[in-house]
Amino acid sequence: MDLSKATFWGFKRENGRIGVRNHVIILPVDDLSNAAAEAVANNIKGAMALPHPYGRLQFGADLDLHFRTLIGTGSNPNVAAVVVIGIEDGWTKRIVDGIAATGKPVTGFGIEGHGDHETIHRASKVAREYVQWASEKRREERPLNDLWVSTKCGESDTTSGCGANPTVGNAFDKLYPHGTTLVFGETSEITGGEMLVAERCRTPEVREKFMFMFNRYQDMINRWKTDDLSESQPTKGNIAGGLTTIEEKALGNIQKIGRKCLVDGVIDKAEAPTHPGLWFMDSSSAAAEMVTLCAASGYTVHFFPTGQGNVIGNPILPVIKICANPKTVRTMGEHVDVDVSGLLRKEMNPDQAGDALLECMFRTANGRLTAAEALGHREFVLTRLFESA
Amino acid sequence: MIHFVVHEDGDGVGVVVVEGVKSGAELTGWIMEQDTEIKVVAKSDIPIGHKVSLTDYKPGDTVMKYGVDIGKVVAPIARGEHAHVHNIKTKRW
Repeated sequence: MDLSKATFWGFKRENGRIGVRNHVIILPVDDLSNAAAEAVANNIKGAMALPHPYGRLQFGADLDLHFRTLIGTGSNPNVAAVVVIGIEDGWTKRIVDGIAATGKPVTGFGIEGHGDHETIHRASKVAREYVQWASEKRREERPLNDLWVSTKCGESDTTSGCGANPTVGNAFDKLYPHGTTLVFGETSEITGGEMLVAERCRTPEVREKFMFMFNRYQDMINRWKTDDLSESQPTKGNIAGGLTTIEEKALGNIQKIGRKCLVDGVIDKAEAPTHPGLWFMDSSSAAAEMVTLCAASGYTVHFFPTGQGNVIGNPILPVIKICANPKTVRTMGEHVDVDVSGLLRKEMNPDQAGDALLECMFRTANGRLTAAEALGHREFVLTRLFESA
Repeated sequence: MIHFVVHEDGDGVGVVVVEGVKSGAELTGWIMEQDTEIKVVAKSDIPIGHKVSLTDYKPGDTVMKYGVDIGKVVAPIARGEHAHVHNIKTKRW
């Protein structure tokens, strides 16, 4: 596929970033505000609440990550406007101010001193204005380098490593030379292949930062583990699918970064990349946590290869599922956007599989709903670093 | 017809890519990197996605896949047998 003149149709945001969706979200600061946020989303058609279980008594690096994830989610260009609801005004304002830096419409509401009824009433009025305002936004034709693409696989099996993940790798190799901004991560799931990723780092500084993140995660696992993580990493599903060790899983995993692109930079969880290229993000390998972090980093389309059939989606980031396992394609077809099972029968080559994924990516970016969007998968899962105070 | 795939020459295991492989079946494998063929007779029933051993392994041996170490052998594995968590373990963690 010749991508030199490739374009897509997206929504230009106030800060110049291009989104491929036009969501108005109702973002709770904390668990206590979920009820009000969901009530507002129920009142106002076209608004979407993002309930989650955290945001109270967090501190230090864990609190920083909480703010970074919520501000990043609201700032993502797939979001047109945001209503923030928190139990009190202080942390609510902090999130509002963070999102407001993008220039997009955002208003916050604290519940204390008002109660749920009045908060829902006032927030619904603003949400109604935002939804009607956003509904008049029109897509414009944009160059490919305005697209940010993330990847993370899930419920992998051995077919992921020889089919679906190399398909993502082929697509990444094709996107990379055109100034796109790409990311992969899943720090624990590099274990056994970390030397291969280190070799792909563009500079010694990038390599050093990657190894720092990798070793930091290994230290965390070694601190808490009670066995060799069998059934956690690889998961029960991975093992049922034929994956035996973390090394085997990791080597399949890193097929997603293709054979040509270099790792240009390393970011911590939910940080935004600062230039085009391929980034490594330190992150959990749990599907919904990692995809939530990709959305918070500003990515607008996601490639998700699966073997055994992970059904994950995300509220604001369209998740494209790629599968090479013929049994999964047959039994769980409603979840699969790109069937590359022909790769394992030699009926399709990696170049054709990569093109099929890119074609799906353009259709998705232009507005076609993914299987996960049509099925209502909106997993929004915040990563925690440690216990609350 | 391809029954299993091998990432590259030298790998000690292949991945079964069809359903219903029974012990005694003659299997044809495709070595993807070199685009060559390999044959092996299954000595176990092997589910789709699971690995068939291409080597006679003894405990302590290292299993290679993608041309890289994926773990250690903890129980003997004969060529054609099912290779999985009952006879291979991680070297990490």
